[in-house]
Amino acid sequence: MKFQYVPVLIAFGLGGLVAAVFVAAGMFLGPRRPSPVKEAAFECGNPPSGPAWGRFSVKFYLTAILFIVFDVEVVFMYPWAVLFRPLGVFGLVEMSVFVLVLTVGLVYVWRKGALEWD
Amino acid sequence: MQELVDSLVADGFVPGGLPLWVAYLGAMLVFGGIVVFVFILPIAGITTWVERRVAGRIQSRIGPNRTGPAGFLQWLADGIKSVLKEDIVPSAADVPLFKLAPYVVMTGFVAAFVVVPFGGPLIIADLNVGILYLTAVTALVVVGILMAGWASNNKWSLLGGIRSAAQIVSYEIPAGLSILPVVMLAGTLSMQGIIGHQGWAPWTWHVFDNPFTFFAFFILFVSALAEGNRTPFDLPEAESELVMGFATEYSGLRNLLFFMAEWGNLYVIGAVVTTLFLGGWQIPLALADHPVPRIVLQFAIFFAKAYFWVFVAVWLRWTLPRIRVDQMMIMCWKYLVPIAFVNFMGTAVWMVLFPAGVPAVRVLLSLTAAGLLVAFARRVVFHVRRALLTREELSFNPLSTARVMSRG
Repeated sequence: MKFQYVPVLIAFGLGGLVAAVFVAAGMFLGPRRPSPVKEAAFECGNPPSGPAWGRFSVKFYLTAILFIVFDVEVVFMYPWAVLFRPLGVFGLVEMSVFVLVLTVGLVYVWRKGALEWD
Repeated sequence: MQELVDSLVADGFVPGGLPLWVAYLGAMLVFGGIVVFVFILPIAGITTWVERRVAGRIQSRIGPNRTGPAGFLQWLADGIKSVLKEDIVPSAADVPLFKLAPYVVMTGFVAAFVVVPFGGPLIIADLNVGILYLTAVTALVVVGILMAGWASNNKWSLLGGIRSAAQIVSYEIPAGLSILPVVMLAGTLSMQGIIGHQGWAPWTWHVFDNPFTFFAFFILFVSALAEGNRTPFDLPEAESELVMGFATEYSGLRNLLFFMAEWGNLYVIGAVVTTLFLGGWQIPLALADHPVPRIVLQFAIFFAKAYFWVFVAVWLRWTLPRIRVDQMMIMCWKYLVPIAFVNFMGTAVWMVLFPAGVPAVRVLLSLTAAGLLVAFARRVVFHVRRALLTREELSFNPLSTARVMSRG
């Protein structure tokens, strides 16, 4: 049990190693003839119109916020799910109350129009 | 993996006097290396070949057929081509982030295989948080994609990156909620434990346990497709609108790394639904007594089940059109999330009402699935027959008298 998480470290190392080997192979085997046109941002043939780092639709922020709320709740349910059989009816009632609160949240978000994407 | 090493030590395969942790570490490195270089990289490549062949058939053409038998070596040729391409870094890009992104995607992808079972004792590490760990590391891919989209300093890339982030995080929720019924039934998060809770027979699989898990299975599969950026949810790299999405500015090897992770993830999706819902590597015990043929058989059955879902994903890609961003978000938040909530609460009620399960429902559900499969197979046979018939009719040309003459 002491070594249970060592493979995770090894896998991270192997993943990085694979990527590094591939990038290095490309560096040695591929040509290298940079030119200003080649290194410009691709905009379907037009000269790039300024940097891309600007503002984007607020919808994406809303989605991110909703995700944080709901995903934390889902993660919270995992320990409950593991112990559901021993908990029995008690667990069911507890989770029903929790899900009810969560459903109220979802309905609120829905009625507020946060899920609309025009 | 530790159990395997323990049994090897007990059988005397490991030289005595060797500290146990060296044996463990060595076994992990060897097995991990084998998994990465002999399984993951080829499977990602071969899946691209399968995809292109299936796409060819679906679109009434042949697909790659020049490199090797039936074009089988096409994936290697593509890989070599990518190696020989120039690696361009845009001058306007955020260079460190731009170079880091493929590493993040690749590590997330390879790390997912730590808990993917291959059959019997073959698993790199049977973590006790197995499936939770898997959802966590596969989410690492989002970070990589967002990084790539942002660092490229290209409008297409940025749009692709943020679309991808919004999509993947949204579909995490129905996916997570659809895993819950299985966790409740099995009472564990460990992948081997979940497989151990099911049997080889279809009516002991989690997917047929009750009507709610039946739906949870499909929700998980759809959400997994969305998380893997597969059509009909491939908005992050929609060719017809965003050039190549987050990977627009990547060329050569770095591009290959992104797409290797994408196709490799298809196998992870297949392996996850197989493990959670379809009985994993379970085979009837009577089939093989000796450990080696048993493990081979378990590997084969697991691979067949997992690869079937890879095939379904490919099939969906070439059958369904891409959906719009708003449709994708509405489908997730207004349909899949509420249905997933109903599913897991329904499973909870079902488990309280019938603690031992209802055999009749299990058998009924597996018969329904078998019926669907039979209906599908008959449909395929019908179409194949009709196609053959048309070819026969076409070969009879009333205008060519020579043929008729020779017959007469």
